[in-house]
This record gives sequence, C-alpha cells and structure tokens, in this order.
Amino acid sequence: MKTLAELNAIREEMEKTVGFRQETNDFADDYKYHVLVCGGTGCTSSGSIDIINKLNAELEANNLTNDVKVVKTGCHGLCALGPIMIIYPGAVFYSKMSVDKIDRVVSEHLINGNIIKEFLYPEMVNEAGDITPLSQTPFYKKQHRIALRNCGKINPECIDEYIGTRGYEALNKVLTTMSQDDVIKCILDSGLRGRGGGGFPTGRKWQLAKDLVKGGQKYVCCNADEGDPGAFMDRSVLEGDPHVVLEAMAIAGYAIGASQGYIYVRAEYPIAVDRLNIAISQAREKGMLGENIFGTDFSFDIDLRLGAGAFVCGEETALMTSIEGNRGEPRPRPPFPAEKGLFMKPTILNNVETYANIPQIILNGAEWFASMGTEKSKGTKVFALGGKINNTGLVEVPMGTTLREVIEDIGGGIPNGKKFKAAQTGGPSGGCIPAEHFDVPIDYDNLIAIGSMMGSGGLIVMDEDNCMVDIAKFFLEFTVDESCGKCTPCRIGTKRLYEILDKITKGQGTLEDLDKLEELCYYIKENSLCGLGQTAPNPVLSTLRYFKDEYIAHVVDKKCPAGVCKSLLRYEIDPEKCRGCTMCARQCPAGAIEGTVKNPHVINSDKCVKCGACMDTCKFGAISKK
Amino acid sequence: MEMINIKINGADVQAPKGSTILEAARLANIDIPTLCFLKDINEIGACRICVVEVKGARSLVASCVYPIFEGMEVYTNTPKVINSRKKTLQLILSNHNRKCLSCVRSGNCELQKLCKDYKIDDDGLYDGSKTVEDNAELDCSAAHMIRDNSKCILCRRCAAICANVQGVGVIGANERGFNTVLTSAFDMGLGETSCVSCGQCIAVCPTGAIYEKDFTDDVIAALSDPEKYVVVQTAPAVRAALGEEFGLPIGTNVQGKMVTALKKIGFDKVFDTDFSADLTIMEEAHEFLDRVQNGGKLPLITSCSPGWIKFCEHYFPDMTENLSSCKSPQQMLGAVIKTYYAEKMGIDPKNIVSVSVMPCTAKKFEVGREDQSAAGVPDVDIALTTRELARLINRYGIEFNDLEDGEFDSPLGESTGAAVIFGATGGVMEAALRTAVETLTGEELASLDFTDVRGMQGIKEASYDVAGLNVKVAVASGLGNARELLNKVQSGEADYHFIEIMACPGGCINGGGQPQVPAKVRNFTDYREKRAKALYDQDAASVVRKSHENESIKKLYEEYFEKPGSEKAHHCLHTTYVKRTIN
Amino acid sequence: MSSTKCSVPFSGTPEQEAKLLEVINSLRDEQGCLMPILQKAQDIYGYLPIEVQTIISNELNIPLEKVYGVVTFYSQFSLNPKGKYNISVCLGTACYVKGSGDIFAKLQEILGIDNGGCTADGKFSLEACRCIGACGLAPVMTVNDEVYGRLTPDEISGILAKYE
Repeated sequence: MKTLAELNAIREEMEKTVGFRQETNDFADDYKYHVLVCGGTGCTSSGSIDIINKLNAELEANNLTNDVKVVKTGCHGLCALGPIMIIYPGAVFYSKMSVDKIDRVVSEHLINGNIIKEFLYPEMVNEAGDITPLSQTPFYKKQHRIALRNCGKINPECIDEYIGTRGYEALNKVLTTMSQDDVIKCILDSGLRGRGGGGFPTGRKWQLAKDLVKGGQKYVCCNADEGDPGAFMDRSVLEGDPHVVLEAMAIAGYAIGASQGYIYVRAEYPIAVDRLNIAISQAREKGMLGENIFGTDFSFDIDLRLGAGAFVCGEETALMTSIEGNRGEPRPRPPFPAEKGLFMKPTILNNVETYANIPQIILNGAEWFASMGTEKSKGTKVFALGGKINNTGLVEVPMGTTLREVIEDIGGGIPNGKKFKAAQTGGPSGGCIPAEHFDVPIDYDNLIAIGSMMGSGGLIVMDEDNCMVDIAKFFLEFTVDESCGKCTPCRIGTKRLYEILDKITKGQGTLEDLDKLEELCYYIKENSLCGLGQTAPNPVLSTLRYFKDEYIAHVVDKKCPAGVCKSLLRYEIDPEKCRGCTMCARQCPAGAIEGTVKNPHVINSDKCVKCGACMDTCKFGAISKK
Repeated sequence: MEMINIKINGADVQAPKGSTILEAARLANIDIPTLCFLKDINEIGACRICVVEVKGARSLVASCVYPIFEGMEVYTNTPKVINSRKKTLQLILSNHNRKCLSCVRSGNCELQKLCKDYKIDDDGLYDGSKTVEDNAELDCSAAHMIRDNSKCILCRRCAAICANVQGVGVIGANERGFNTVLTSAFDMGLGETSCVSCGQCIAVCPTGAIYEKDFTDDVIAALSDPEKYVVVQTAPAVRAALGEEFGLPIGTNVQGKMVTALKKIGFDKVFDTDFSADLTIMEEAHEFLDRVQNGGKLPLITSCSPGWIKFCEHYFPDMTENLSSCKSPQQMLGAVIKTYYAEKMGIDPKNIVSVSVMPCTAKKFEVGREDQSAAGVPDVDIALTTRELARLINRYGIEFNDLEDGEFDSPLGESTGAAVIFGATGGVMEAALRTAVETLTGEELASLDFTDVRGMQGIKEASYDVAGLNVKVAVASGLGNARELLNKVQSGEADYHFIEIMACPGGCINGGGQPQVPAKVRNFTDYREKRAKALYDQDAASVVRKSHENESIKKLYEEYFEKPGSEKAHHCLHTTYVKRTIN
Repeated sequence: MSSTKCSVPFSGTPEQEAKLLEVINSLRDEQGCLMPILQKAQDIYGYLPIEVQTIISNELNIPLEKVYGVVTFYSQFSLNPKGKYNISVCLGTACYVKGSGDIFAKLQEILGIDNGGCTADGKFSLEACRCIGACGLAPVMTVNDEVYGRLTPDEISGILAKYE
C-alpha cells in the first residue's frame, strides 16, 4: 500500500463494519448482528475464550454464521463485570457472561431479536425495567474516550478494522503534508504531556531529540513496562488497539528522524505481546512499517523487547539499559536520552497511552486536543479503578474531572456502605489523597500539590477498613523489592523506611521514629539517583501528612484504628452474647479459645494468632476485634 | 579550549567545557568527597556522597557525573548538602561491618576518613538487617586475596576495573535492591573463576572488603627460625611506591632506605629482582633471535607478568605458544638463589626461605605454579606485596624516613638501568631492544632511549630497522588493551615480532600490590606517570644501562649457565604453560 | 530472582542445546540480544542453571558473571526449575487490600514452602506476583494458566486437591 487512495479504499470498505458498532445505527452491514466479546486479560481470565468458542459452535449449529459476526475485542473497561459481551445493533451490554448463557443469547437475542434483561449490565435497566442506553449509564456517561476509543470496538488482530476507524491516516498526513517541525509544533501546541507519570511535555521531548543531535541513528521507544500495582491501562490499549501505538511511533520516528523503534513490553502481558506481534507483521505486510512508507523516503520499523520483571525498568534510562541487554539500572542524567539514549544514540521514550493520543491529535488538530482538560493538563487521562470500589475497571475522563466524579459517579462508590478513606494515585511513586480533596480537579499539578502524583493512572480506593500505616508499608515493601540497588539512598534508605514502618505496625514504634521516618523520607527524595527512589517516600509522606493520627495511634496508643495490624489487635468474646456453641473454639487454629459447652468462651490472647477465624464463624456476633 | 563560567559557593570559577562539577570544583581548590567515582573507570553516580546543590535543580545532583553549564550556580557545603552526606554515610554504616579496629584498611579506609570528617558520632542510627552479616564466611578461595562482603559498600569500583579495564569481569553486581552483592557468578569462590589475580580490585577498593592474603607472619616465622637462611628480593616497581606508605610524595625512589630496612628486619641477604630482570633480557633476547632466525612462533610475547600469563591461559589458550618460555624475573632470581647461589655458598636449598617483595598480587599465585622449582623446591616461597612490606617495616619499629641508604647484596644485587625500567609499561621492551639491537648489529647504540615505547598509553606500537630486518613491536598494559591487541594479532590485522604485555595499566608501578592511592588523589593526579618517572630517572642516572653489560650476569653465565638458552638455563630459567577455561 | 543455586541435577538434552544454539545464532548479531536469548533459553529449559548460562556466556563471548548478574536482576528469570504446577498469588494493591496476603500465607502453610520454592516432589512451586490485571476478580491466584478469582483462604485446599 503506497497511497492515500489505497488507504481510503480499505477505510471505506471497513467503515460500515466498524460504523455498525455504534449505539446509533448509521451504517448497515451485511451481518445482522455483531457480537463483541471482550478478549482482554480480565475477561479472558474469567473465561471469555470459552464463551467465544461456544458462541461460534452455536452459530454454526443454527446456521447463523452469515448473519452474526463474532468479534474478539480488547477491553471495555468494566473488568469487574466480565466476561463482557456487547451485541450490535443497539449496544446491548451483557455482563458476567458464562458458557451456559450462550444458547439463550443465540435463541432469544440473535434468532428472535429479544434482549435478555436479566443478562444485561444492571445499570442499563432502571427500576421500572426500562433500558438505558449504555452510553448514558453512570460508568460511561462522564467518560470521554480518546486513547481508548477503539478498545472494545474493533478486532485488534485485524489491521483493516483499525484502518476503518481512520487508522494510519494520521501517518499518511504527516508523511505527505507535514514537515518534521510541523509535527513537533502540532504536538507541542496540543499541550500533550507524558502519560507515564512525569508529565513532561511530549512535543518538547521530540523537539530535543530532533535538534540536540543532527542526523545519525536515532531511536523511538515505547514504554509498555507498566509496573504500578493496580494499573493496567497500557495493557488495555495494547490488547485492544495495538496499531495506534505503531502508527504513533512511526509518526514520532518521522518527527525526530529515527528509523527504528522498540516497544519494551512486560512479559507478564502475553495477550498484549501476541497482539503486538500480529499488529507489527500486519503493518509490515501493508507497508505501514518498513521501507519507504507511503512511497516517501521515510523508512521505519519496530521490534519488541520483553521485560523480565523489574519495575525499575519503567524508568527511562533503566529501560534503555535493559534493552541494551544489561541489568536494568538507571543511568545518571544528564546526558538525557534525547542526546544519549539507547545505545548512546538520541532516543525518545513515551508511554503507551501518550502514543495512543498522537494520531487523533494529528487528525483533529492541536486545538481540538487543547480544548479539553485544564490549563496545564490537556486532553484526557485513563485511570484504572481498583480497590474498594464498585466498578473496578478502566475509565478515561477529561483532565480536571474531580475525584468525587470518578469515584462516586463513574466508579459507583464504595461497596458495602463503607466510608471512603483515601484514594491512592501514582502507585508506589504516588500518595494517598484523603476525602478533604475529593473535589480537587485531577491534573498533573494539582496531584503534586496535594502530595501525590498522576503516575501512570492507577487509582486505588481505600475505605475505613484500610490502615494507612499498613498501606504505606505495603508500598515500601514493593519499592524495597523493586529498588535496583545501585544508589545508596534507595538501596539502604527504603529498606530502613520499611523497617521503621514495620516496627510501627508491630506496636514497637516511638514518636522519635516518626521524626526519623520523615527525615529519612526527605533525604531519599533529595538524594536518590532516579525517579524510583526520588518518589519512593511519597506513600509515607502523604499518609504522614493526612493520616498522622493513625500513626500516632499506632505509636502512642498501640492501636490500629482500622483493625489491620495484627500485632495491635485483640479479639474478645462478649460473654453476654456468647451462647457457648463451641464453634469458635473448634475453628481456632491456635487452640486459643477455651470454654465449655453452653458457657461463655474466652480468648487467650497469648496464644491468639489474630487470624479472625473465630469472628467469621461466630453466628451470634459475640466476637469483636479491638 | 572553550571555557565555561560558573559560580561555586558564590565565587567565580572557569573550567573547560565538558568538565563535571567535581572537576570544576577541584580547579577552585574545593574538594568534594567521592566514594564510587573513579575517573574514566566507574562514572556511575551511585554512592551519592558527592551530592551538591545546583540552583534551579529539583533535587541534589551527583557532582561526579554532572556536567557544568554556563551560568551554573553550585553550592557544595550548604547544611542540606552536609546533612545529606551524613545520612548517606550513616546508611552505609548501617549495612557495614564496623569492626574497624581489626580491619586491614583502618587508617587508610576512604569510608572511615569520611566518617571522621563528617563527625558521624551515631554510627548505629539506622541499624537494621544487613545484606551480608558481619560474621559471614570470607571468600579465601583465591591464592592472592580475600573478599569480605560484610565490608562492601557497593561502590562497584572493583567490578568496573575488572570488567571495563581488565576485560575479565569475574566479579560484579548480582541480585537486586538491598540484596545486591558484589560476587562472582553462582556465588563461586574467586579461586574457581577465571580471575587472573591482578589485584586491581584491591587497588581500588575504598574499604576493607577486598584485600591481599597477608603472609607477613610467615616471613617473621622464617626469620626467627635459626635453621633458615632467609633471602629477600625486591621488584623494580616497589622502590618507586613504597615511600607512599610512609607519607613520602608519589614518585619518590626509596631504594636505599628499603634495602636498609630489609637488612634491619634481619634478612640474611637482600637481593634485587633487577638482577634477574637483566637475566630475563639475556634469555628472552636469545629466545627472540632464535625464533626469528629459526622460524619459531611469532610474535614472541613477554612472560614477566603472572597476571597476564594467567589471562593468556584462560582467555587466549591458543596463544600460549607465543609466550616466552622465560620464567618471570621473580622466579628466575628464586631459581638462581636456590641453585647457583646455594651451590656457591654451600647451603642446602631446602633451608633457604626465599621471600619476594612485589608490586603484584598475581605473584602470590605464581609462586605456587607448576614447573617453578629448579632445585626441587619452590623457586620462591613467599611473595609479599609492597603494602605487606610496609606493614612489616612498621611492625619492626623502623623509622623508615630516617634511614640511611643501603646497598643490595652482591652478586645478585647488581643490575643495570635496563632492569629498573621493567617496572613501567614498555620497560621490558626497551631493555630487550637495547640488547637485541646491539647483538644483531654488533654495534653500540647511539641512543639508548626508545621513547616510542614509553608512556602511559594502553597500546604502543613501533618498528625498527635492525641489520636489514624490520622489527615490529607492540606494548600493551592493562588486560583490556592486551585483549584488543591480541584480537588484532589473531585476526591477522597486525603482524608484530615482539610484544610486551603487562597485566596492570601502566605496568608494575600500578600493580595490584602497590600502595592504594585514594580516589581523591587518583582521580586528579597521574600517579602512574610519577612512579614511572622515578624508574626512568634511575635508569638515566645509571652507569650501566644494558643488560648484557651487567658484570654479575656475565659471571653467572661463565660460572654456571654457559650461555643464554643453554640446557641448564632452560632447566632453571624457563617454564611451561597450561590451557585453562573461562569461568 | 533467586538467591539459591540450583539443587536439582541438570538434565538438559542435546535437543534442547541444539535449540538454544539455534536461538543464539539467530539473535547474536542484534544489539542487546542477551535478554531475548535468556528469555528463550528459559522457555527451552524452564530455568537458567549454570550449564545453560555457561553456553550463553561462551557463545556470546561475555563473562558468565555478567550473564548471572542480568539473570539475578530480573524476577522472571529463575535459577530453579518450576514445579509441575506453578502457583502465583497476586500481591498487587487491589488484591492485597482484598486479602491476597492471607491466601498466600495459607498456601505457604499447606505446601510448606516459601516464596520461590518448589515442593520436594517437584509438584508445586509457589511465587508471589505483581498485578496480573485481573483486579476485578481480586484476590487472584493462578495455577499454571488457570486463574482463580474472588478467593477465600478456605477454598485453597480444595483447589490444590484438584491437582493432586
């Protein structure tokens, strides 16, 4: 494929296929139905592949293969409700599907045209039994999908479907109508900032890589080593829309004058790796990668490099040393990668979500993108909602959306009527945001101001049952585990932070320890070699800032208010409520409960291992933890 | 040179473009402490002791690797900087075996000095679990050294010099995070690896985590045994560096004081390895001419450096036939002492304890090699390093700096200017050329200075027209350079006749057994050049500067070996090599 | 990442070695080929014992120590073989706050092995892993490719029994 005309031909051919999958039916297709089944990691884990197989078998049996098109897509976002199936026309969204529901889908919906209400995503059915359009449900209503626009909509293993959504048109536009500087200016003007955590202006990065060193070998890298616990937006893009990343990297390659790209992707993402491999070979076949793309002088190719389980490789210089075949240890900067990066050549590194915005910016213009978001944070941001929240999953909202909107409206609030305590953003580099900042518009600068950071977009919700000291300790344990060990502050300092926190959660901490903790945090921030160490103390600092009372309770009162830190817990049996049924004594793994039948039992706190089994088993609510 | 203007602590400083903050500060006589940084060798910015404040920077920056820019404002001594360095030291100490009193580096430990300078009075502030427990087993598997990882501060200088300079890479960072340790693959003992015993890791270790095996007690035991006749020999490079252990400036030649000290310690005879350096030239020049004239294996490569020999056996086993079969000067003198000298003096070689003082740790490995026992007993019994000699002198209560100059004992103490330059890279080549050229041409050389092969460059090449023969020679020091050179030879890219290789960069003056030069000095002074100069000065001042004119050597051949390359010479002065694998 | 050397005797076959050499030969000219080679080598052998690392070191002409340093840096590389059934428990945030720590403890208790260990009969190995992205199913563990979600500690012995 060498010309726009050829590209357009495919697009027109595919437009009805792709266009068919809209809530409003503007396009007719040869098929009566498109059944989209999520093939993302979440839904695959809960059995979506079996569902596809069963569906295909049923369709075959009912002679419907010419009427119904089954599409394995990427992630829709509502992972908690998987496996997910969406049937077009109508965007009928079936959640929590299973193999045994398939014959009804075929007979009732695909043959008789009746929507099966009991399979529907509950939010789509109101109390009166009326069906709300999917886009108007709380989870989707406030979302605005740019990076995720194709996820869950197209077959990620089919380049033609991507082209059907104007895929590779931006690359054509760039190569045939724009200069390198035009491209960079467009990205600069759009205000796009790196979605991987730091928020560095993307256009500026490209400009430096183009100008600092003229000519010669340069590289474009994609950071798909998403390692924040609880973050999975990059994986969803790679699984759902891999071509957008390839297209964007080619555009970046043109802008800075690079001919080779590398995608550094976690090996823990096998589906993403497969789809990237398929996408790369299809793109090469179609001439979207390789020599003389669109008949121009521009040649560009991409190779995959698999990570091997090291969080620090998300740091740009560590990622490059890893691609070079070394221990993934960061290098001091300067020199910055734009000057000396991969193999000591000028290199740009952007993350998946950043790239996923690029083609849309090129096609719709910088102003379009800059019209969304806040003053200094433009566009949208994808968040992976997790923890104590009803709608676990992936959401994309304009920058400036408040935490309240994300958690209460989109996320559906906290389960079991519990009270919100904090939201953790930015993973191990970020911090915990308390309820008092619920209405702060989320953007890069606001998050930093309140002691957290954007990070790659993990958003973990904590409720009253989470102990903030324990959470800080959890993140520090992660950092200690993932520290590369090169510089002193991070290698030894984070270990000592962890040890102090551990001491506190065991009730052995002192007020002096809190001072020591805080001092050490600031020291590590100031002195560490790379971003991992410089941000590692954030979970401690932010919890110290907003939840100091919990620390004090651990240190002074020797109590864990949330009832998490086992060493500080005491289980007690209320003799008034205890009926002497002996269930708890039989359940206790430590033999710590004594008592005779029909008489109140007593817990021997010396023997008690605080497992909570007794409390779970008591039918009379006689056991409580204090 | 383009100069950059910056401000350090408020004062204007000019420094060449491309300088780091550390270098610029040094120009302004401001010392910034370092631990991991070794110029051109280990520039990793890891220890963070050298942090400074730069106006406008988000956090503190590592001055050792941070380049200066026009208008930069640097502060090296603010409370924040000082407190940060203190904390870094305290954190290091929390993971360090603080048994300083019994540590070999007590008094010249770079960490200890910083702790003193920064008044770390609470060394246990951050104590917690340790990566390596204080009582962890030491690695004593290598012939020449001991590793004590409980004292390792992860500066990685050893790994950098082993891999990047020596091209050996048997020691490096393994595991990750707090568990990171500097070890060999699969926790092998160093003795099981293809470590070549060069000891460069010891030379750069800032603490007591790596140190030579100390045999001073064995020497003292021998000296106090009335049955034993204890002789000592000292290598050329020792005299150029020993003084540093007693506070003398780098490059002070202390030959005379050293000889006096050894006599005071009580050695029965004090001989000079320079003597056998001359002997080496006689044998090696003969071997070279023989190979050239009779179609032997070329290039001929020198065999004085046991680190290089072990390297060749591990990494270039196909080239061991290129090695000169000559024993190293240490072993030659050892052999001569226990054969010729023992016969002459009527001493049973079994009662001789032959001690050597070497700038080298690989010599400790060499004394235990096969085929190094001309008299049926080991040629040399104990190889000490320059550092161990200094310890011995101190233990004997000798005021070194006040000593009168002494003379080596004859006959094995007589030597020429050609021999003393063995201690610097290119020295063996120059000495050999002096003898070979005169032998081939039969004419006296107008100038004895072969300056092409002098100097500290890693690889030097030259060619000389000698009696119609174009002799191509090359000199390499540092095993990384040796590898580069040999790769060229193997690929046929270069066709030399004669190559000198020394394991340590700069030759023996920078051997792994020499006094440790703290990074603070090392990074800013060419100490190798200074030490080498001491030797070249001695050569220039010598009356006899050609090995073949050494009268004692002539006598040795007359009385014992007949002529170079004779059967007897072969038995005593030559050896064989083995092929080893890489681990 | 494992700090122990392997105690299981090496039982690599000539076929495996031929495959490894093929991989090395196809990748050796690529810049930074060590990581992909190690990954493929682990696919072939299941783990990376000294015998395998030595082949790679010799073929690529890089020190064994460097290979070992890289292997011990990344948590995916293993110096020990995995059990017939490898159990991974997600200790990512979402799973952690929903109690995956208890799941892990239960497994340790039942199998009598620690993180990274393998039962004496070679049947089960146990590891803690980072988020596998199935946060909606938290807490999650996998046995080989099988995913178990919304777990409670009580279910563990029943699940293990399926593999006995």
